[in-house]
Amino acid sequence: MQKNQLEIVNLHARVEGGEEILKGVNLILPKSEVHALMGPNGSGKSTLAKVIAGDPSYEITSGNILVDGESILELEADERARAGLYLAFQYPVEVPGVSMANFLRLALNARRDEGDEIEVMEFYNKLQDAIKNLNWDESILERNLHEGFSGGEKKRSEILQMLVLEPKYSILDETDSGLDVDALKIVSHGVNAARGPEFGALVITHYQRLLNHIVPDKVHVMYDGQIVKTGPKELAMELDKKGYDWLTQEVGV
Amino acid sequence: MPNTQAHPDAAKLEGMQHENQYDFKLKEDYAFKSDKGLTEKVVREISAMKEEPEWMLEFRLNALKIANKKGWPKWGPDISDLNFDDIYFYIRPEDRQGTFADWDEVPDEVRATYDRLGIPEAEQKVLAGVGAQYESEMVYHSLKEEWEKQGVIFLDTETGLREYPEIFREHFATVVPPEDNYFAAVNSAVWSGGSFVYVPAGVEIDVPLQAYFLLNAENMGQFERTLIIAEKGAKLHYIEGCTAPSYNSNSFHSGVIEIIVKDDAEVRYSTIQNWSHNVYNLVTQRAIVNKNASMRWLDGNLGSKVTMKYPSCVLIGEGAKGEVLSIAFANKGQVQDAGAKMIHAAPNTSSTVISKSISKNGGRSSYRGLVKIYDGAYNSKSNVECDALLLDKTAKTDTYPYIEIDEKTAHVGHEASVSKLNDEQLFYLQSRGIPEAEAAALIVRGFLEPVAKELPLEYAVELNRLIELEMEGSVG
Repeated sequence: MQKNQLEIVNLHARVEGGEEILKGVNLILPKSEVHALMGPNGSGKSTLAKVIAGDPSYEITSGNILVDGESILELEADERARAGLYLAFQYPVEVPGVSMANFLRLALNARRDEGDEIEVMEFYNKLQDAIKNLNWDESILERNLHEGFSGGEKKRSEILQMLVLEPKYSILDETDSGLDVDALKIVSHGVNAARGPEFGALVITHYQRLLNHIVPDKVHVMYDGQIVKTGPKELAMELDKKGYDWLTQEVGV
Repeated sequence: MPNTQAHPDAAKLEGMQHENQYDFKLKEDYAFKSDKGLTEKVVREISAMKEEPEWMLEFRLNALKIANKKGWPKWGPDISDLNFDDIYFYIRPEDRQGTFADWDEVPDEVRATYDRLGIPEAEQKVLAGVGAQYESEMVYHSLKEEWEKQGVIFLDTETGLREYPEIFREHFATVVPPEDNYFAAVNSAVWSGGSFVYVPAGVEIDVPLQAYFLLNAENMGQFERTLIIAEKGAKLHYIEGCTAPSYNSNSFHSGVIEIIVKDDAEVRYSTIQNWSHNVYNLVTQRAIVNKNASMRWLDGNLGSKVTMKYPSCVLIGEGAKGEVLSIAFANKGQVQDAGAKMIHAAPNTSSTVISKSISKNGGRSSYRGLVKIYDGAYNSKSNVECDALLLDKTAKTDTYPYIEIDEKTAHVGHEASVSKLNDEQLFYLQSRGIPEAEAAALIVRGFLEPVAKELPLEYAVELNRLIELEMEGSVG
């Protein structure tokens, strides 16, 4: 148990009442590092992301999740977020009638004490910086949360929120899927803008191309509910070239 | 700069936002209380006490006959618990002559209640005029001088009848005659209070007029009668608020609102009713809309035990427009039977209905609406959208849309949706740090937003607060 890291310890989880999907995941993400999580479809990557974020439709049967040495298993999703976790969703939902600005203000104020709500100018400046980083227009703030957003805009919104909320640990669930090259560059630029000593990220992806833009410190490979291999960034290229079959033989699963 | 604050004046409105703002009752102290029940004696007493002209007494007695002949409606929600023999049809607060125009002269007890509701502050800030009705009688009426100078009339209905008999008689009961429906007949027999509004041709009032109705006595009925006349090209926005403390037995509110919108005029009428949960709220609201004029009803039903209310527009002039935006919130033990009626009786008329209902904890909300397009109302358009949100498994919702089209060139659209509080949305918002209850309230506010955004800011804030109170204990 260590401070300054997100630690997943022998984590087992399933959809409530269903079959086990996570079968003993072990992973350490130090603050200040960016790790990639790769693996074939159905290996449990998205489940891991949602379980860490506290999705109530999953049940943890054993193991632990620690943020800076403190277990978060007993915390609700909103409490985990306030403890510094962030999940960029693969499929962000739409919430009609709720403007981006209003939503972000509520989310920021949820992290502050009553009576200490964020000042208008401070809020505005924070949004401006994030919007600039993502090469976006401020009119986006007047739009309702993801209502009528294209797939790419939704992904960009996930990164915008991340930049505004400034989490300690962020999990990006296939943020690159469905993006064209330009959008991929914009989103990557946003993530790189967040990098620093106070920020760790776990980037879930199928493709090496994202990792050309967001260069990871480490690569983990998930297979059938477990992390089966961890290596340097070159591992991603190797996987890209040889496919997962190579790996399954290599590690004997 | 983007809208980053819900409402910049929120702090100023704090006085309107006490936790138990609506949970109060004051000592009952009355100059006159009628016998219980709806009788000829009661009707005659009301008319005598108001020193009305003979024609009004006759109108009342005739309406009583019509009511007795018609009997209770045989459709809609169950209202069999409402026993007329147990209702006081007329109560006159402390003895006095006429309506006060100075807030300080209003009797202390009454003033204390309204002060709690923030009425005088609201008047100073955002209103062109205020009327306050306590039990059966208007107790306070004021209109800002600038409007008075332009010939605007804003009075209680009795004073309107006394001081402007010609305008009054020309329009009274022309939109909602006693024959219209049972409760309109009852109201016609025992009406008391309400507002009389007259805006001369071409005068545009850019801030709202407001009336506030308060029931304080147990087992009483309130039967205000409001008559609004907008002359050619006039513009006005009238807001009505209602409240009543909680008693053990049922009270009854049955108002009639008649609006005449003449050529090119624009009228908005907004109500947010927050009656306590033992009030039967059976109201008739109707507007006649003339050539190129527009009528917009905004109807929020949060309180009451049973509400039956279907704001109507009768579009009789070419190019007339009608709109109803409605919100209903049905909590435990409540039935919100609300909707709209749009009658197209002239060419190129158009109407829009947007209805949003929320139900929880066994509450039931219904949309009941009529769109009628007469033969010859060429190229008329109507669009109806009703969306229901159910917050739990015990909540219920129904839709009863009636569409009668006798005109081939008409365009009519109707969309209805029912949705449940969505777990994925909740998780998403929570994953951003927003606690569950707040996330649920945010989803509900978003659901209501298309209607709420049409309210003046002060009222939108108030609506949000009421919704939050209703949302307490919704999840978890």
